[in-house]
Amino acid sequence: MAFAASLLALPGGAYDSAVRTSEAPGLGGADRSASRLAAIAAGQSAAAVIHDRVRDEEAVLDVLDFSLWYGAKQALHGITMPVAKGRVTALIGPSGCGKTTLLRCVNRMNDLIDNVRIAGDMRLSGDSIFSPGVDVIELRKRMGMVFQKPNPFPMSIFENVVYSLRIDGERRRSVLEEVCERSLRGAALWDEVKDRLHESGLSLSGGQQQRLCIARAIASDPEVLLLDEPCSALDPIATNKIEDLIDELSGEYSILIVTHNMQQASRISDYTAFMYLGHLVEYGPTTDIFTNPRLAETNDYVTGRFG
Amino acid sequence: MTSVGEAPKTVTETPAAAAPRRCKRQWRGGNSVLAGGEPLVWLTGGGLLACILMIVGLLLLVLVQGVSTFWPSAVVRVRTTDDHWFMGEVSRGDTFELNYSGLASLSPATQPQARQLLGQRFHDLVAHWLSRGELGRRLAELAEPACKTARRAVELAPQVRDAPARERNELLARLDTALRSALTEWQTRLEDQLRRAVQADAAGAALDQVWAECRTQEDAWLAQPDLASLSAHWSAAGDLAYRVWANHALSLLTNAVAVPMQRRLLRTGNYELTNEHFTWISQFEVAAEDLPAWALVFERLSWGRFYGIPKALQIDQQTVATEPAEIWQQFQRYHPEVRARWRQRRRLEIDEIGEVNRRLEEARLGLRQVELKHGRDSAVWQTAQRQFQAEQVELEREFERLRSQIVELDHSNDKYQLLVQTAQGEEKSLALADIVRAYPANQLGGFGRLGVYLARWTEFLVDEPREANTEGGVLPAIWGTVAMTLLMSCAVVPCGVLAALYLREYAKAGLLVSIVRIAINNLAGVPSIVFGVFGLGFFCYILGASVDQLFYAAKLPSPTFGTGGLFWAALTLSLLTLPVVIVATEEALAAVPRSMREGSLACGASKWQTIRRIVLPRAMPGIMTGMILAMARGAGEVAPLMLVGAVKLAPELPVDGVFPYVHLERSFMHLGFHIYDLGFQSQNSEAAKPMVFTTTLLLIGLITLLNVFAIWLRGRLRRKFVSSAF
Repeated sequence: MAFAASLLALPGGAYDSAVRTSEAPGLGGADRSASRLAAIAAGQSAAAVIHDRVRDEEAVLDVLDFSLWYGAKQALHGITMPVAKGRVTALIGPSGCGKTTLLRCVNRMNDLIDNVRIAGDMRLSGDSIFSPGVDVIELRKRMGMVFQKPNPFPMSIFENVVYSLRIDGERRRSVLEEVCERSLRGAALWDEVKDRLHESGLSLSGGQQQRLCIARAIASDPEVLLLDEPCSALDPIATNKIEDLIDELSGEYSILIVTHNMQQASRISDYTAFMYLGHLVEYGPTTDIFTNPRLAETNDYVTGRFG
Repeated sequence: MTSVGEAPKTVTETPAAAAPRRCKRQWRGGNSVLAGGEPLVWLTGGGLLACILMIVGLLLLVLVQGVSTFWPSAVVRVRTTDDHWFMGEVSRGDTFELNYSGLASLSPATQPQARQLLGQRFHDLVAHWLSRGELGRRLAELAEPACKTARRAVELAPQVRDAPARERNELLARLDTALRSALTEWQTRLEDQLRRAVQADAAGAALDQVWAECRTQEDAWLAQPDLASLSAHWSAAGDLAYRVWANHALSLLTNAVAVPMQRRLLRTGNYELTNEHFTWISQFEVAAEDLPAWALVFERLSWGRFYGIPKALQIDQQTVATEPAEIWQQFQRYHPEVRARWRQRRRLEIDEIGEVNRRLEEARLGLRQVELKHGRDSAVWQTAQRQFQAEQVELEREFERLRSQIVELDHSNDKYQLLVQTAQGEEKSLALADIVRAYPANQLGGFGRLGVYLARWTEFLVDEPREANTEGGVLPAIWGTVAMTLLMSCAVVPCGVLAALYLREYAKAGLLVSIVRIAINNLAGVPSIVFGVFGLGFFCYILGASVDQLFYAAKLPSPTFGTGGLFWAALTLSLLTLPVVIVATEEALAAVPRSMREGSLACGASKWQTIRRIVLPRAMPGIMTGMILAMARGAGEVAPLMLVGAVKLAPELPVDGVFPYVHLERSFMHLGFHIYDLGFQSQNSEAAKPMVFTTTLLLIGLITLLNVFAIWLRGRLRRKFVSSAF
């Protein structure tokens, strides 16, 4: 509800879709896309194109006119996008376009960096994320995050998975074991590690470590799962496994994933957002973005003509 | 002006000059030495080699000296040419140059012999110079300096020194004129005299005669009581000027005379008889030498070692054995029981009487406390005093009982006496109770020696020192070192880790943090003695005095915490080692990957939870490294300890069985300080020197042990966090 209201307040969406449809995509897109992207590069703002189907979904996360500055340099420019509940949403775009920054803002990881300033807000199931009184620790407990490189903690596999319960003071063995098994099964790792739960998490292979991190992230039943290029440090086979896993998790969890890999985005996501230099350029159902984008620029990017 | 004009020129030239240089870079074949990197391999390898040589050299010195100290060597008996007998162990030997100026330091009995050796050498030299025609030139060179030394000798004579200036100057002026009147003539005369003496006697006796004549004449003249008689004598004896000059010329000439001589340092012991622990024996003095079969070495409670041959064993004034073999057998039979009684006596004296004294002191302090609280006139004090007096009477009765036990033990031990004869033939009676260890050094086989060696090491490790620390053990020093080091670690590690955590995890990087960090690093450069001064001034005199006033008022004015002690020493050293821990911990914290922290924070952990569960375990090996370094640094430090509590001899251990078991206020012994004390404060420095190395070896061993433990702990922690490569 909240996101619909906020979108209505912004004139860009409807206008842009109208403009886009009037122009033929494909032919001659190159120079037009160049002009739009050049405008962004020149520092002018260009309103995002957001497909209507995105708005029909129930949103778990709302990004509302969100901007971010590293010192004097602006990294995100007024991004507004809803993230659909129970779906996989992919963020794509060339390096340095702010995908990861946006993702890390969702659980306020950017608080750790000095000299960061933000404007706008995000809402998780209607609760503000950036209001002054928000308890960041409580907020982070409602989300799970998986990083580029697997980062299991220097402790046993079991302790890795139940870490978030441990810090909440959970001591009941039965609860911990149940959560551990459920999470590891959820992360498709249970069969591989069930006999060595008390070995170090660092003794696993890279792909296993990353799935362990996913198990850790889903152990506390998060509302949103944030994946920051989870396969970038893995080989193709491990990547496949993770992709299958994401597929299985969708529906149960709302997933926001950053990826460099266009094929991956097209394979696993339901919705795709294309970003460029801190601007949201186009956001719509994955099939549309990859096969029938409204913007020529998007088409150029997903077909590999630039970026 | 010109310089201003030229400046732009050079600026424009620079790029032009640089450009061709860049172009020059081209393949010049594979024969560039620098390009191959070979010189740097040698340079770095050489640096490593230099380091290893220094370290290994130092350790080897300590090891060899330290290990060999306790090995029992053979006992040598030497008869010198002047019929003195010496017996003892050879502790070392060297070569020295015997010369005329060193003659006076030899014992009077050996001087004629040394003089004869030197005379021979002098004769050879003069003969050599004569054969090459050099003597005249040498004498000519000496003529003027000899005048000067002669004048100085007269000047320094007491009667001349004390005379009025005018008369003295007059005499010296006369002397100068007389000396310089006929120098050339005298040179020829002396050369003639020397030539004749050399021809007269091949052994150098005639040469010596010439010099002795001159010397006696000068001595006789200088023996005149006052200036007037000196002056008169000068005029009377016409030849005196020549004699005086010749004496000094000859003594300058004989500076070149030196005979290389072997000598050995004999540990002769028997201090109460000879007033010496060690004697140098030069090779030329030795008339006869043997290894007596029944030379016994005695290590005693006092007076150091005794070397002698047993004459009789007496029990209750009755001689029970007279033959050495028999005496030795009987000695071995009775000695253990005598020593057992002695140990019992010591236990009574130290433990039981100590306990009585402690209770008495406690009762006295209790009374004093009541006095401080209620005053001397109160009824409470009256009761307390009556109680105290009753207890005092009881304790004194206990004391008397113990005293009588000790007297009884002493009495039964005094019956056993061993009559020993020294090499010189003196007889000495030794009480068996005073003998710590005895062995017939020249009869011991390899295993026997090993037995003595191990027994000495055991005594060294588990016993208390005696003989001003040069003999006996160092157990109190080991205790003190270990207790102090552990206490220091307990103080410095939590403080340092917390400080580093704040600096690295919480503090915002800025000027203040940088200043704090620089200050901490500079703390490592402050001389350690300054920490000692600070510890004494702040911990002992300010903190300690306040603690005394608050909790130990009854004991005042004698200080409890208000003086150096274990606790203040540990705190002082923890201050000294704080930078090591902070720097090492900061490094370790910085090395924890950012991804770990982020992962933990993303799971909803608070900052402290992240630090406690992720950062600290990961950083623990690094923190342990810091602790190891701090321990090694702290355990080896001596200078500050001298001010804040380390003592030469501590009557009580800092850790014992009396409540509260660890006595933080007590002064303590420390191995490092013990080394200093042995090396520089010891009366019997020759005997203490090997002990310096042994104690150093022990200290190094102790630190190694502590380090190995810490390294093992670190390895265990590190194994938990091994990362698998992928």
